[in-house]
Amino acid sequence: MSTTEIDRQWTTRLRKRVAGKLPPEKLLPDTQPAYVSSWIYVFGVTTIAALSMVILSGFILSIRGPQWWHSSSIGHFVNSLHLWSVEVFFFAMIVHLWGKFFMAAWRGGRTLTWMSGVVTFLASVGAAFTGYVSQTNFDSQWISTQAKDGINATGAGSVFNVLNLGQMLMWHIVLLPLVAVLLTALHVLLVRIKGVVPPFDEKTGAAE
Amino acid sequence: MSPRPFRPDVDAPEYTGKYAPYDIIKEGTIALVVVGLLVVLLATLFGSPDERAITIKAWSNADPIDFATTALGELNGSTITASYGAPYNTASPGQALGPLHLARWAGVTIPINTANDFVVDPLSSVPGDPALRSALAAWKSAAPQQRSTWVSHYTKGAPKMTWSLGHINVPATDVGPLPTMINQLTAMARSGALDQALVTGGGFYTTNYTKPLLFVADGTYLASLAQKQHLLGSQWGMMNETGSYPGQAWLWLYTFWYQVPPFNTSPSADVQVWATMMFLSLLLLLVPWIPGLRSIPRKVRVYRLIWREHYRAT
Repeated sequence: MSTTEIDRQWTTRLRKRVAGKLPPEKLLPDTQPAYVSSWIYVFGVTTIAALSMVILSGFILSIRGPQWWHSSSIGHFVNSLHLWSVEVFFFAMIVHLWGKFFMAAWRGGRTLTWMSGVVTFLASVGAAFTGYVSQTNFDSQWISTQAKDGINATGAGSVFNVLNLGQMLMWHIVLLPLVAVLLTALHVLLVRIKGVVPPFDEKTGAAE
Repeated sequence: MSPRPFRPDVDAPEYTGKYAPYDIIKEGTIALVVVGLLVVLLATLFGSPDERAITIKAWSNADPIDFATTALGELNGSTITASYGAPYNTASPGQALGPLHLARWAGVTIPINTANDFVVDPLSSVPGDPALRSALAAWKSAAPQQRSTWVSHYTKGAPKMTWSLGHINVPATDVGPLPTMINQLTAMARSGALDQALVTGGGFYTTNYTKPLLFVADGTYLASLAQKQHLLGSQWGMMNETGSYPGQAWLWLYTFWYQVPPFNTSPSADVQVWATMMFLSLLLLLVPWIPGLRSIPRKVRVYRLIWREHYRAT
């Protein structure tokens, strides 16, 4: 096989493209621009840490099934971990989102980074919602019977039935977490590729 | 060809300043430990709510008149589900977004005939009981006009419905088999058999609680319990949860629209609020391309607070 032929392989071309876009020093950097020195930057990594706790506690809840936590004190505690992980996750994510808005973090070719963050937020709202209606308790009864009207009114209720526990549970533990985690990974990789957005340049009049 | 002018809300200046040491793995580890401890602390201090789900058995025992009135509503078409429209039936055109009837266009994909699904079919599953067999036979063989007459007469007497000695009593005549059907359904509900009949209607295995949830939500019992927990729509509804917990606080804007005009009086509030939220979500997604909106960060200058050390140094 000639070198040219190897160079034309999909695998070779993908590897070169990935290595070019995301060399190891970008993926796992050991320095960063000096302007990255504000508490607001903490909320990005906090969001990821909280997401890890959400997934870990969700894994544990999954082991014994969706009703275990009603009858076990350990299960109830794990459910509490799951709930508070979600609360911390959303708090950190929303602060992160608004922080990035006020930095205009889409500048410099970072629009896809911004959009992946927004879509991750929306997917997470869906993931949390399907969790609330899958609790198999009074909250899930009330929330699902109330929420059905909004979803039905859009026509989405014809395929997304919030009163169908099995469907909601599958969305909650398979589909939406997968989407949220993949989008989060994409978002982080884009941040690594493009770097953290620099401050507005006030000296050149870039910021009026 | 002249270079493209610098657009401050789209382009970023090239950074040529200093770099500082950064240990991304250490940062991630510390974040995980701190968040983990915080979550354990919050879970230990506050726990999580777990109010037991209500059953049709509990509802019919706590308030048999509400249950019987709801069952009658499923027969006369006055309940929320019976008069819903798509995706459950064609009883109503449903909500509209201007000329768009989105739910109706999506069609009836979860067909619910409240009279049959919530009353007649469950009663048909009761074994024995000659009086009930006879009542059901009369109902099933009656012409629609005859059924309508019975239901109409019974509905007129329903405001004076009483519950005594384990029986629902309605002062009405020419009501055919309805007293037997309503009383038997109430007895079935109070024994817990109706919970099972509605859930297992589709077979032995099921994970679909659409029918019992719709039936329960048609009564006032569920809402009365929700009101005590501050969960009604007028109390910022489904973003809350039982007890003193934050709930889905991130849905505050969605719930907010239901509290204000024109949404709080609109018969199509749900689809209008959803359309509003979809529009706002789209705006957020597309901020980088929307002139004016994308300039807000530069104009309000919150960034000076975020990068204060950078600006102080430069």
